[in-house]
Amino acid sequence: MGATHRAPHRGANSAWFPYLLVAPLVLILWGYVVQPMLATFVESVSDDGTANYTRFFTSSGVARTSLLTSLLISAASVLLCGVVGVAMAFLLKRFSFRGRRLIEAFILVPAALPPLIGAVSFQMLYSEIGILPRALQDLFGTERPVLAFDGIAGVLVVHTFTMYPFFYLAASAALAGMDPSVEEAAYNLGAGRVRVWRTVLLPMLTPALVSASLLVFMTSLASYTAPLLFGVDQTMTMQIYINRTNGDLPMASTYAAVLGLVSIAFLLVMRWYEGRRSYLSQSKGISARRREIANPIGRWLAPVASVLATIVLLAPVATIALVAFSADGSWTTEIIPSAYTWENFVTILTEPRAFEPILNSLQMSLLATAGCVVVGVLIAYAVRRLRFIGRSLLDIGVMIAWALPGTVVAINLISAFSTGNGFSFGQALIGTFWILPLAYFVRFLPLVFRASSASLALIDPSLEEAARNLGASWPRAFLNITVRLMLPGVIVGALLAFVHGVGEFVASVLIYTSSTVPISVAINNRMYSFEVGTAAAYGMLQVVLIFVVMWFSGRLESGGGRAASRQAEQWTN
Amino acid sequence: MIDVELESVSKRFARTGDAAAVDDVTLTIGAGEFFTLLGPSGCGKTTTLRMVAGFYFPSAGHIRFGGQDVTRMAPNKRDTGMVFQNYALFPHMTVAQNVAYGLKVRKVSRADAARRVAEALAEVHLDGYGPRRIDQLSGGQQQRVALARALVIRPRMLLLDEPLSNLDAKLREETRTEIRRIQRESGTTSIYVTHDQAEAMAMSDRIAVMESGRVQQVGTPREVYHQPANAFVARFIGRSNVLSLPVATAEANRVEVALPGGGHVFAGAPEGHGLGAGDTALVSARPEHVTVVSATATGALRGRVTAVEFTGMTTHLTLDVDTGGAETRMTVAAVDTPDRIGAGDRVGLRLPAERLWVVRP
Repeated sequence: MGATHRAPHRGANSAWFPYLLVAPLVLILWGYVVQPMLATFVESVSDDGTANYTRFFTSSGVARTSLLTSLLISAASVLLCGVVGVAMAFLLKRFSFRGRRLIEAFILVPAALPPLIGAVSFQMLYSEIGILPRALQDLFGTERPVLAFDGIAGVLVVHTFTMYPFFYLAASAALAGMDPSVEEAAYNLGAGRVRVWRTVLLPMLTPALVSASLLVFMTSLASYTAPLLFGVDQTMTMQIYINRTNGDLPMASTYAAVLGLVSIAFLLVMRWYEGRRSYLSQSKGISARRREIANPIGRWLAPVASVLATIVLLAPVATIALVAFSADGSWTTEIIPSAYTWENFVTILTEPRAFEPILNSLQMSLLATAGCVVVGVLIAYAVRRLRFIGRSLLDIGVMIAWALPGTVVAINLISAFSTGNGFSFGQALIGTFWILPLAYFVRFLPLVFRASSASLALIDPSLEEAARNLGASWPRAFLNITVRLMLPGVIVGALLAFVHGVGEFVASVLIYTSSTVPISVAINNRMYSFEVGTAAAYGMLQVVLIFVVMWFSGRLESGGGRAASRQAEQWTN
Repeated sequence: MIDVELESVSKRFARTGDAAAVDDVTLTIGAGEFFTLLGPSGCGKTTTLRMVAGFYFPSAGHIRFGGQDVTRMAPNKRDTGMVFQNYALFPHMTVAQNVAYGLKVRKVSRADAARRVAEALAEVHLDGYGPRRIDQLSGGQQQRVALARALVIRPRMLLLDEPLSNLDAKLREETRTEIRRIQRESGTTSIYVTHDQAEAMAMSDRIAVMESGRVQQVGTPREVYHQPANAFVARFIGRSNVLSLPVATAEANRVEVALPGGGHVFAGAPEGHGLGAGDTALVSARPEHVTVVSATATGALRGRVTAVEFTGMTTHLTLDVDTGGAETRMTVAAVDTPDRIGAGDRVGLRLPAERLWVVRP
């Protein structure tokens, strides 16, 4: 064709295009996730080499105890959550009884609370100063509160209530995806009920249960607010916090490095396991059938138990709501606060100093969410749709951000950005406004990524190709078709990231500055100064925001598959 | 109208290692021609089509539209209209918005676009369906929207990737007639991908039969059916019987082969077949051309019936036939067979001299 012919157009499918798109994404993940983690390693050996690490293995001091306690709490949490979650799943998905829908409607409420407000509400309910032990004390006329949880037991209560949904959701999904004819085939071949359980049901549930166990273990390991409020100092997360506040950054970094490594190891195990799991049935027209409870005592007991369970599920939110209307200082030794007022809400919404945390949280979370959406959508697209060397590394990079505990993210950012580096444009970020939005961005990017990736998985790649074939350039086809169709998922992810940002406490408490106090830190501070009512009022705002967002996301998702599954559910009843 | 040229086009994917999905394909598709890429799944036909559309770039070779090299041109610059297997209709747009998309990208004025969309919908018998949502349409209607969307931009060529495979059998036959009518009227060069030989036969001006990334034969439907180039084409198209028989005498365009039970029969052969007396020839015999005769008839093959299937129009016999060396499995489609033939019976088979064809291995 010779020199007169113009250069051929190169499209989104030319060999270098993926790298052009991916390079900035890799740079962001490197700069704000991986590089800070490495900075923490460097910090941890800056004082006296590996001496900090050997403490975990040799002495029987705090380091070793903390590691063991953390592991022990995590193991116990897995066990408790497993029992509660699987039992709930079987009860609600396999049986039909009065009150079942009531429980199902509220089953995820305790887990939806932001971490600090969740832990605070359990403290107000079940600890020595809590409503239930004091009510029982009053009822039985004993010296001390009855059934008061504190220390590790308290932590386990919080973990059980907030983390059993991992098991509940996994087991429910596995049960729903299980073809009932497989079970029937076992009965038909002569197996008894116990044998069917042992040889068919449990093996088929195993993948779901293993995944849930790994998740609960990781989340428990990362748990920080529960040990904080129930005074369990010797855990990994608490030691990070204590060493950081004592100014021993190398030691805090050591704990963070160990915890980070363990978390990443769990992430890798989980990915490996999920790659080879799933017994979901291939057959069409699955309809899990529910059994009526035939036993007369069971029939009578079921509604009573349902109502009790519903009360337990709603108690944390109810407590926060109640306390939010209590006058500060009106709750000392009484079962519930003695004086009520609107004043707390008036204060936090009108008094400029008290309103500031709300403004800070909204602003910082919004900024972080905007970043999460841009980066998260592009990474999801790159991972799902483009072929390039290092694709799974990009995927793992995002998921590392998800696997790292909030305390570790905070320490990483301190290590990386207490002086300027290339990724902060030479500015020290610690002590500035920008550090908290950055922490939220790192922590909640995976939420947007996952939601975007899930909705992208449902969109046929040929739609974008059709647009390209009809003459649309790649950016146009990407925005017009792919992003437009991903939008519901992206919005759900963005809302999730936003509410998590507004409720964030774990990383915030380590790196906030006095001019950027977020809501959760304000709650914590008010709790310390015994302004319980005001603290709960802040909490109530977070809770309301979460429920509005949950309701809205539910409506967004209710198109298509969700509606179909609901119809199927009604049909089987 | 424009012609399409593929010159030694190959495509290797990183993930499949060394095996080429498309291996050294050279084709010339004439202006206005309806050209079909036919082959089993995984033969490289869709990959070839996607390279013409620009969704993949070839690892080697050149693609030209009317002499212009488009090998590495972006898909949105190629001005082709593609109909996807799953239609790829935009679910968030109405029927009219779907059809108008390509016009909007081309900055056609609103009034012009509306007129052309209406015309295109009328052409596929969907007048008045413009405001509907995609999920309110049946599969056949969606298929026609996809066709209208591809045609409305008056593309340089039409690319169809198994567009009928999601329709039921009856609708499939109606639609293929319809597609061919529209294509003839517009005179648009068309490349059609399918694994269905009946579809390919009924619609195409010419067919390229593909297997393992390579073109096995290019020809009119009659050529690929009656004069298959090799054993694969013979077996893939019309499930032909391919027999190994010794050559008695060879001529320029036919050879005489010896039958094991005695007797000889002539088979047509391509120019330059290169066979001589004493060689073994592969001879293709169509199931419907073989006739069943008595087991004692002279000049016939002998075999034992292993299965009989009555399908209405024809009766399919499966037989183990003595072809000299090992037994060969053959199928026969007989229009009228005596009712009494059953599994286990020994019969004779007469090969039709004027219908046999020598194929390459």
